[in-house]
Amino acid sequence: MKKVISANQSVSYAVRAAKAQVIAAYPITPQSSIVEMLSGFCASGELNARFINVESEHSAMAACMSASVAGARTFTATSSQGLALMHEVLHYASGLRLPIVMANVNRALASPFNLKADLSDSLSQRDTGWLQFYCESGQEVFDTIIQSYRIAEQLLLPVMVNLEGFILSHTYEIVDVPEQRDVDRFLPPAPPRESLDVDNPAMFGSTTDYYINFRYKMHADMERAKVLCRESDAEFKGMFGREYGLLCPYRCEDADLILITAGTIAGSCRVVADRYRTKGLKVGVLRIRLFRPFPAELIRAALRGARKAAVIDRDFSPGCGGIFAQEIKAALQGSGSEVLVFEFIAGLGGKDVTDTDIGQIIEHTINMSKPGESAWMGLLR
Amino acid sequence: MLPITAISFITTEGNETGEWRSQRPVLDQEKCNRCGLCWMYCPDNAVRPAGDVFEISYTYCKGCGICAQECPKGAILIVKEER
Amino acid sequence: MDGIAQIKFPVEQEELVCPGHTACPGCGAVLAMKYVLKGLGPRTMAVIPPACAGVISGGFPFMALKIPVLRIPFESTAITASGIRAALDAMGKKDIHVLAWAGDGATFDIGLQALSGAAERNDDIIYVCYDNEGYMNTGIQRSSATPEGAWTTTTPAPYVKDTPKKDIVRIMAAHKIPYIATASIGYPADLIKKVNKAKEKKGTRFILVFSPCPTGWRYSSEMTIRIARLAVQTDLFPLYEIEDGENYTLNPRRSAKPVRDYFKLQGRFRNLKEDNLKRFEEMLRKERDYLNRMAG
Repeated sequence: MKKVISANQSVSYAVRAAKAQVIAAYPITPQSSIVEMLSGFCASGELNARFINVESEHSAMAACMSASVAGARTFTATSSQGLALMHEVLHYASGLRLPIVMANVNRALASPFNLKADLSDSLSQRDTGWLQFYCESGQEVFDTIIQSYRIAEQLLLPVMVNLEGFILSHTYEIVDVPEQRDVDRFLPPAPPRESLDVDNPAMFGSTTDYYINFRYKMHADMERAKVLCRESDAEFKGMFGREYGLLCPYRCEDADLILITAGTIAGSCRVVADRYRTKGLKVGVLRIRLFRPFPAELIRAALRGARKAAVIDRDFSPGCGGIFAQEIKAALQGSGSEVLVFEFIAGLGGKDVTDTDIGQIIEHTINMSKPGESAWMGLLR
Repeated sequence: MLPITAISFITTEGNETGEWRSQRPVLDQEKCNRCGLCWMYCPDNAVRPAGDVFEISYTYCKGCGICAQECPKGAILIVKEER
Repeated sequence: MDGIAQIKFPVEQEELVCPGHTACPGCGAVLAMKYVLKGLGPRTMAVIPPACAGVISGGFPFMALKIPVLRIPFESTAITASGIRAALDAMGKKDIHVLAWAGDGATFDIGLQALSGAAERNDDIIYVCYDNEGYMNTGIQRSSATPEGAWTTTTPAPYVKDTPKKDIVRIMAAHKIPYIATASIGYPADLIKKVNKAKEKKGTRFILVFSPCPTGWRYSSEMTIRIARLAVQTDLFPLYEIEDGENYTLNPRRSAKPVRDYFKLQGRFRNLKEDNLKRFEEMLRKERDYLNRMAG
């Protein structure tokens, strides 16, 4: 059924459709409306789940972790400082190989204080062993949550679904909320996994010198995740008619210059790319939807014909540059690619990335013969 | 074959902690009144019922000496471990 | 002796802690675990944070406990127990006890926030703190459960700790949870009786178990039980129960012994001065009065 809802509401509807059994959450702007709605679903019985009003995000993730080891399908949502507070438990969740799904509403990290969109919160968690998706629309958010449960339960690794604060989280759009029976068909109850069982006692998370072996298993499964994500996406398309891919390329096939970004900035990029196309300049857009595992080979393939790429990061690593840009450059290393990668930092702390900004990015990239330091867009004067 | 993560499933009973011992309790069955206090207070499950009596398992006994200290009959003597 | 006396078991025979565990000789914490599990029985799931208990519970692929266990982050003992309870409820699994098992560091210090959260929600868990008055696993550092006058590696002699032990029981009582008890490994039958009582209730139940540590307290390993009993006999660790935050029941008073008897057995109190002792006696008198008043 089609509904006009915000992306945060889309998350809540998706979690209801996924029949999560334990939800533990703590409020934080701009995430709070997700768990407000879910607490309502639980209270009214629309969703047969236990809702734990925890006293911190650390506890939210810890509750999801233990409930998941006990065998339940779990969910939490957070943002920014909350995600940072969860950091320790994020490692536990992946190390215990738990299929937890979490929504993170991207928000800038203090200090200084800023409540608006910035991807540095989730990108700071890139080494925690979680799959990371970055979404562009309310529909994609819904579909990705549903897909994530299936992927997580097949792979036994947790998944973080990211959506930008306010720009996406609070924007109302038409979202097709599928029939429950169709969701059930795509996402049956989780396949059995080893869990806490009084009849077969085992200890989870023991101390071990095989640590490196278990880490290697995670690495191998992260590689497998790329295949599973594509399979899941293809099957999703078969049932619901929508697919996203790990990367979302737009007019990249013959492009000389490719704009690369994640999340909502991609939409504006497509509009500006079309304008430049009418002026005879072959511009394409590559949106990165899956960040962990990083689809390096797909990125290499997508950039094969291009001469220049401009990476627009709504995030940055102080002392280094845009985080996506670094990953993309690493992916190209040794591949024989001659594409020149230009770096742009834009939209930090929820700053609008306008069509003018994107036009400037394109002009700058055209005019420069080789990349220099990352360029900062939208600094106030 | 390793499990997917560090899930322990084998009991520690194969770990012979008796090797740690530097002193050894010796139970005098003549003096023993079978009250079971040594059994109850042994941290290492090294005092065990064996038919009508208690026995000390030197496989596990770490030689802490609690059994001798708590025995109301003075039936347990602590001696130096000779190996 | 004429005739062989009948063999006796002063407490439940079932053992859910396996031998071969790696606790130090004379460990009080492992005795606490043994007794609590004798009370709870095999239909119990436990969470254990990093602690001596974590080490004792075994390294992969071995386990010293005959119940399912999850090793968890230090500050999350109570909430991870709550998470398991929520999962069991959601999956319709009944008649299972969820045990949160933590030392004093994980309870009085780093895990206090999560414990307070669980208690305020009255989550259906049994939280047992084995109290050995310091961070023993990391090498005998001070915790907020370390008593005044005690040496630890972070309250070095001759300066030692200069503030009293945090009163965790009063903090828990302020949450008005259904059941709180203090117990000691020196009195296993009493401890198991309290576990059984806790078992019959629903909601957050909290038991503080006094568990001497020969390694950290600097005494000879055979004295563990004797020291545990002395703590009770000197009123340093009074045994009592609190139901619903207000109904106090004190254990019958044991033979009163001077507090000096307790201190002199332990190397960690070697730097205790006469005026420390006087303050202790005054503090104990006040605490006794308080408990008597609360018990009516």
